[in-house]
Amino acid sequence: MAAIYSLYIINKSGGLIFYKDYGSKGRMDTNDSLRVASLWHSMHAISQQLSPTTGCSGIELLEADTFDLHCFQSLTGTKFFVVCEPGTQHMEALLKVVYELYTDYVLKNPFYEMEMPIRCELFDINLTQAVQKDRVVLLGR
Amino acid sequence: MIGTGKIKQYANVLDKPLGKGKQEVPSLSLASLFVSLSAFAFLFSELVQYNQTQVDNISELETRLEDAGYAVGARVLELLCHRDKGNRRETRLLGILSFVHSTVWKVLFGKVADSLEKGTEHEDEYMISEKELLVNRFISIPKDMGTFHCGAFVAGIVKGVLENAGFPAVVTAHFVPVEGQQRPRTTILIKFAEEVVCLGVG
Repeated sequence: MAAIYSLYIINKSGGLIFYKDYGSKGRMDTNDSLRVASLWHSMHAISQQLSPTTGCSGIELLEADTFDLHCFQSLTGTKFFVVCEPGTQHMEALLKVVYELYTDYVLKNPFYEMEMPIRCELFDINLTQAVQKDRVVLLGR
Repeated sequence: MIGTGKIKQYANVLDKPLGKGKQEVPSLSLASLFVSLSAFAFLFSELVQYNQTQVDNISELETRLEDAGYAVGARVLELLCHRDKGNRRETRLLGILSFVHSTVWKVLFGKVADSLEKGTEHEDEYMISEKELLVNRFISIPKDMGTFHCGAFVAGIVKGVLENAGFPAVVTAHFVPVEGQQRPRTTILIKFAEEVVCLGVG
């Protein structure tokens, strides 16, 4: 069964604003997750600069032996990335769904401060549902 | 002439009929009656954020939201009495309550409120319950804000309608936890003033 290991959201200056892990593999403590977030932010920016083609939008998929990392960057510079088992499908679609949930339940919440860590109950609830739904779809195939 | 086909022209926007029944598909003339939920959510969010900068504590914030709603309620009552009731206003207690529960709710939120009940402990209390209030759709209250409820705005609307119809009342919004449900439901508690109860209307 293909599985999602963890999900990150980083703000436009590279700060981790949301982290969630699923399952036991690839679990990290708070410091490590912050480190991964800022590392990824920098790597993403460097890849944009180093790209031989013009108009490169940064790394979208990183494939390693033990994991895949799918990244989606919104127009405002907020990055969503998911670490999953190699070969997991439909991660781009999942990231779009997460982005939609972020715009709905985080940005429309009057008690959320921009660029700060996300602590919204409704976002958590709906995210869990979305990821579970995704798992059901994956299992059903 | 172009564009005069079947669509009736209304001199006054208030005379425009509202969509009735469930199966109605919003036609061109009705389309203007629907407001984008996103646009509303952002506007409401701004309203709450602005008011938050103007107050020192949570109850003050609730009062300000209620006042904002009160003005809406007063206007909505006037508008709906004209449009739906042929310039008649409800004078009975139960009449005005069901007016709020169905007519007002339908115009503002596109649906009838989930339930209207009479309080069990007090004679002068009524409750309108909603599983998920429209204004709360995207809002998560932080833990440190305690019992704060953005439904204060809706409570203000209800208060505005009732008070302008001649039924002064204290209206408050509360979260009520439901067993087996992750999210609590919202109850709008209406406590009528003494004189309303004394009149024995109902």
